[in-house]
Amino acid sequence: MSIKGKAYLMGAFEHPLRDAPDTSTPQLHGECALGALTDAGLSKDDVDGYFCAGDAPGFGGLSMVDYMGLKNVRHLDSTETGGSSYIVHVGHAAQAIAQGKCSVALITLAGRPRQAGRRPGGPGGGGGGLTDGPPEAGFENIYGGSTHNTYGMCAMRHMYEYGTTSEQLAWIKVAASHHAQWNEHAFLKDVVTVEQVVNSRMISDPLHLLDCCVVTDGGGALIVTSPEVAKSLNRPKVRVMGAGEAPKGPRGGLDLDLTHSGAVWSGPRAFEEAGVTPADIKYASIYDSFTITVLMQLEDLGFCKKGEGGRFVSDGNLISGVGKLPFNTDGGGLCNNHPTNRGGITKVIEAVRQLRGEAHPKVQVKNCDLAIAHGTGGSLGTRHAAATLIMEREA
Amino acid sequence: MSEATEHMTRPIPAPAISIETKPFWDAATEGRFLIKRCTGCGKAHWYPRALCPFCMSAETVWEESPGEGVIYSYSVMHRAPTGPYAIGYVTLDEGPAVLTNFVGVAPDGLAIGMKVKVQFQPTEGGPPVPVFAPA
Repeated sequence: MSIKGKAYLMGAFEHPLRDAPDTSTPQLHGECALGALTDAGLSKDDVDGYFCAGDAPGFGGLSMVDYMGLKNVRHLDSTETGGSSYIVHVGHAAQAIAQGKCSVALITLAGRPRQAGRRPGGPGGGGGGLTDGPPEAGFENIYGGSTHNTYGMCAMRHMYEYGTTSEQLAWIKVAASHHAQWNEHAFLKDVVTVEQVVNSRMISDPLHLLDCCVVTDGGGALIVTSPEVAKSLNRPKVRVMGAGEAPKGPRGGLDLDLTHSGAVWSGPRAFEEAGVTPADIKYASIYDSFTITVLMQLEDLGFCKKGEGGRFVSDGNLISGVGKLPFNTDGGGLCNNHPTNRGGITKVIEAVRQLRGEAHPKVQVKNCDLAIAHGTGGSLGTRHAAATLIMEREA
Repeated sequence: MSEATEHMTRPIPAPAISIETKPFWDAATEGRFLIKRCTGCGKAHWYPRALCPFCMSAETVWEESPGEGVIYSYSVMHRAPTGPYAIGYVTLDEGPAVLTNFVGVAPDGLAIGMKVKVQFQPTEGGPPVPVFAPA
């Protein structure tokens, strides 16, 4: 399959400024985006793919998506290859369009090296102590936001709207600990009870110490191959069936909703592509930076209705061999591993083990032929990207 | 006083100021709280931008706000070296939600829906920053 003839360059804009003392880098990105969209005869709400490189301030594409209010993005790419990035991006955009992953891709570049005092390592913001970093920085970074308290805000609001309790959240940790006891590499191997979780010391309301994931060194890697290579290898075959992604942020503050994650968009896309439903899933790897992360994502992915996550996770429903939806059978980020504070790869790794039938016998899901791995990157409480992957064991 | 009843305070570092947001911080130094509103679509937004995040119009203008609203959500961090502090969002009467710290209130004195009002807290080496206290 080739991209030949599958995509079109329909808008282009070069910013007229060559010296921009009065225009921030985010604003330059935004003005370039507006220029290219206007040139094409499109508007920002038509954009469903966003591509940027290291010149875009912030965390990957998340800050610029939020700054520009791009609310329909379902494909993100922040590949960085220096000055050639934007040519790489056109190729990647064409691939994404050919695969149906987006239909209008926006690629932006902007920066202000002339304002950096013309010295290497300068602050880049111009004179007078000005900076030129992520556009939200001045209005957010000063308030002591951490993962603990920004996720805490989500849990607090979820409890307020839906009556979710600390005991219900604790069941998520309890389930993870039941799995971790069988993992010889798990950072925390002790089985814990609901009482132990809710009586552990408060970190940031309403999240206790045992509502939080571990901090670990380490890493992981994955190999994805063509069907031909897969066939040539002497390993069980785990077939990629569907994937979805979606950024979500405060986006101007008018539709702030801390009880939903981007999974409400990434999940349905992945399920639709795979041609399956949540009811078909035998095993779920669900990002567990905190217990609330799991609960919100399970709701948003459609394993239960919004607001019913507390009841869904209670009474061992996530424990392999006990409940209806075995999750994070390696012990997850809550007990096993959260290498360099990025849990997405270990979610895929345990799903591969389950689909191969190579999970620990005490937690191996019987006839595990369909699995999901889902993650949240960034912060649910500010801006994040959700990613959903559905995999099938090929008989 | 116990942790639960003592009013929370937290030293706040100087904010990052860009050419795009300098008017906000200049006003903050005078004790005025500004938000941005788009004259194209009429909507107010937060944090302030040159381009409207709702319609991408460049016709955004600064507007002085009384800084009144209600708490959307919050979380009290209990593990800080300078004592407990509260982060949260305030839904302004104008509509947008603002990330902030809550002051002038005990850790157990906050509630979702509580009416709050902006005030400015000094920073070291920078302009004062908006924080919110019970109205």
